[in-house]
Amino acid sequence: MAEQYVAAVDQGTNSTRCILFDRRGRLVSVAQREHRQLFPRPGWVEHDAAEIWRNVTRVVPAAIRQIAAEPSQIVAIGITNQRETSLLWDRRTGQPVGHAVVWQDTRTDRLITELAGDEGPDRFADLCGLPLTTYFSAPRLRWMLDHTPGLRARAERGEVLFGTMESWLIWNFTGGPQGGLHVTDVTNASRTMLMNIETLEWDDRLLAAFDVPRSVLPEIRPSSGVFATATEVLPGVRIGAALGDQQAALFGQTCFSPGEAKCTYGTGSFLLLHTGKEIVRSTHGMLTTVAYQIGSEPAAYALEGSMAVTGSLVQWFRDGLGLIHTAAEIETLARTVEDNGGAYIVPAFSGLFAPHWRSEARGVIAGLTGYITKGHLARAVLEATGFQTLEVVNAMNADSGIALTALKVDGGMTANNLLMQFLADLLDVPVVRPMVTETVSLGAAYAAGLAVGYWPDLEGLRSNWHRAGQWLPNMDPDRRATEYANWQAAVQRTFGWIRPDQARSDQ
Amino acid sequence: MPGSVQSIERAAAVLRLLAAAPNGLGVADLGNALGLAKPTVHGILKTLHQVGFVEQDHTGAHYRLSDAFGRLGETYLDPNELRSRAINWADSLASRSGEVVRVGRLVEGKVVVVHHVFRPDDSDQDLDVGTTLPPHACALGKAVLAFDASGAARPGRLDAYTTRTIVDPARLAEELMAVRAKGWAGEFEEHTVELAGIAAPIRGLGGLVVGAVGLTGRIERICDSRLRHRSDLITMVRATAEAIGRDLREER
Ligand SMILES: Nc1ncnc2c1ncn2[C@@H]1O[C@H](COP(=O)(O)OP(=O)(O)OP(=O)(O)O)[C@@H](O)[C@H]1O
Ligand SMILES: [Mg+2]
Repeated sequence: MAEQYVAAVDQGTNSTRCILFDRRGRLVSVAQREHRQLFPRPGWVEHDAAEIWRNVTRVVPAAIRQIAAEPSQIVAIGITNQRETSLLWDRRTGQPVGHAVVWQDTRTDRLITELAGDEGPDRFADLCGLPLTTYFSAPRLRWMLDHTPGLRARAERGEVLFGTMESWLIWNFTGGPQGGLHVTDVTNASRTMLMNIETLEWDDRLLAAFDVPRSVLPEIRPSSGVFATATEVLPGVRIGAALGDQQAALFGQTCFSPGEAKCTYGTGSFLLLHTGKEIVRSTHGMLTTVAYQIGSEPAAYALEGSMAVTGSLVQWFRDGLGLIHTAAEIETLARTVEDNGGAYIVPAFSGLFAPHWRSEARGVIAGLTGYITKGHLARAVLEATGFQTLEVVNAMNADSGIALTALKVDGGMTANNLLMQFLADLLDVPVVRPMVTETVSLGAAYAAGLAVGYWPDLEGLRSNWHRAGQWLPNMDPDRRATEYANWQAAVQRTFGWIRPDQARSDQ
Repeated sequence: MPGSVQSIERAAAVLRLLAAAPNGLGVADLGNALGLAKPTVHGILKTLHQVGFVEQDHTGAHYRLSDAFGRLGETYLDPNELRSRAINWADSLASRSGEVVRVGRLVEGKVVVVHHVFRPDDSDQDLDVGTTLPPHACALGKAVLAFDASGAARPGRLDAYTTRTIVDPARLAEELMAVRAKGWAGEFEEHTVELAGIAAPIRGLGGLVVGAVGLTGRIERICDSRLRHRSDLITMVRATAEAIGRDLREER
């Protein structure tokens, strides 16, 4: 019999990938396509959902063609996606209503302040586990309903559907206007602020608070379990899983037990700590989120430390400043100097995420002197990712009461050896990379393969995990303390930049 | 004698015009100057951009010669970029073969390790990215040396590391000719006793060899009972080199 594979579809912020994995969890082929980033105004970030679906219809066949396989050799599709990016579309025509509003978009900052009112940003944290910020979907959905003429009435009549990217993909995989399935999974739903973190159902109190009609919302399903059989792109193949990209990476790193953690370094970076069946409430700026749910089993939860701008700072250095041609060249440039020369870049492009959650903050380059060259700035760009990780690890340690003893990493930035060594030095623990850096896709494949019986159980998946590289700490403790103190001083200087009287009108 | 290649003539003309226009030129300027249709000029510029000879200004409207064009003799592929492109495929090779995988390239007569993947047995191993290897004494080195036309990158002296190291230049030349014929290079105790290796060249745009990828391990795992390099491993290594090359040649 011909070899069988699981296809992971990773719908990311910058690109959409299809990756095929074999039974041993090894990557056998990759096809990838970037989509346009639309910036209609400062602070706004949009995607064309139709373009994204078109890319899906191209990368899936391309990945299969790359190894000269047949579609019949694909046993399941696992979907994973950029989280919180929000979209409404017409149920009848299948056309998106406007563009998808991306997780980095800050247009809802005024709305957030209004909704927080006197009770403050943690007003809904008990119900949904999240603070009110521009990051999550509900304020975005509310904004779209308020700002598109006639949309609220259409929504109430059930003519439009809401979804994050996995909902849009599954609906299209299952026929779109012709019987498309309108669903989401618990991990993606846990990022909307509309789902009750305990019952795992849409919560009427939250719907009322955000003024969102229930009729637009998808049905919430477990992350791993057969959603449906595809009728488009791979007709006849079962969709076995959907989960947010960061939760998928946790799964792909086989962090199946409480206390296990990973950090994924991509456009943004996200540290997730498995907390088991227990809902842990952070007192240090971490988010409470669903890690995954397998079939009818109880859900597993996680604490999350989100850093909005890490790899995207490298992209800004490349595209915005034009100082390098490719992201990887930043390492070459950074190695032209010994250290950061005293410069620190705090990339608060859309405010600061964990552990600060300051939406009014904006970025700074601190410590600039005439001595600073582009080499020093390249170092400062990479170090910004290190310092942000240290802040998040400190907060996570404080919340969980246990100190991290090693950091499991994955994602595109782990190809950067200078950064990985800096992380080990700064955190003072070993940094470990597994055999698959595309762990987001691997996790989606694992969850889908489990659902269709391609893999029997979690233990079998664990034995696929192997160390591909490791960086050991080697930094003088005094230097570590000084560097971190400098960073913290730079962070202070980002606060309070957007003043209430200055906030853009939310028209 | 075959005739001249028209598109290369045109590309050369475009390069001359760009070299003479420090502020850069647009597609229309070039089309008018050469009497060529815009799509033709656009195609030429796109390819020249892909190979790194021309750059676009920030508006994307003007093209000019890239500074890399003046330094054609230097390596055109950033080593960190090579690692980024190789990482998925190198991982896959390590987990399939069960052996240590390295990516290397030739710098001033030495093989520099650009990327290193541990043997997937979770034993203690240290990353050796940035260290150097003698090219004549390892598979990675022979795989790149075989396709090096400059001679400048060749090792000066052929030092012996074991009794099996090739130290005779004539024998090395023969060995490299064999590598060119087979498309892969083998290593048998030439660097370290009891270790063997297999490597294949990575070809970037235009077929240029930018480095090599290979695995190393104990002889009994890398070779069959007759001490020949295992053909299944050779196939895996070559497929890995081909996949990395395909990634490099693909448009960004
Ligand atoms: N060698 C490198 N050094 C530093 N940064 C890098 C390197 N290679 C990639 N990056 C950065 O990593 C990011 C890409 O990594 P990856 O593909 O894992 O991101 P992602 O977040 O999954 O992408 P997407 O946004 O499509 O989901 C980019 O932001 C890029 O700038
Ligand atoms: Mg991603």
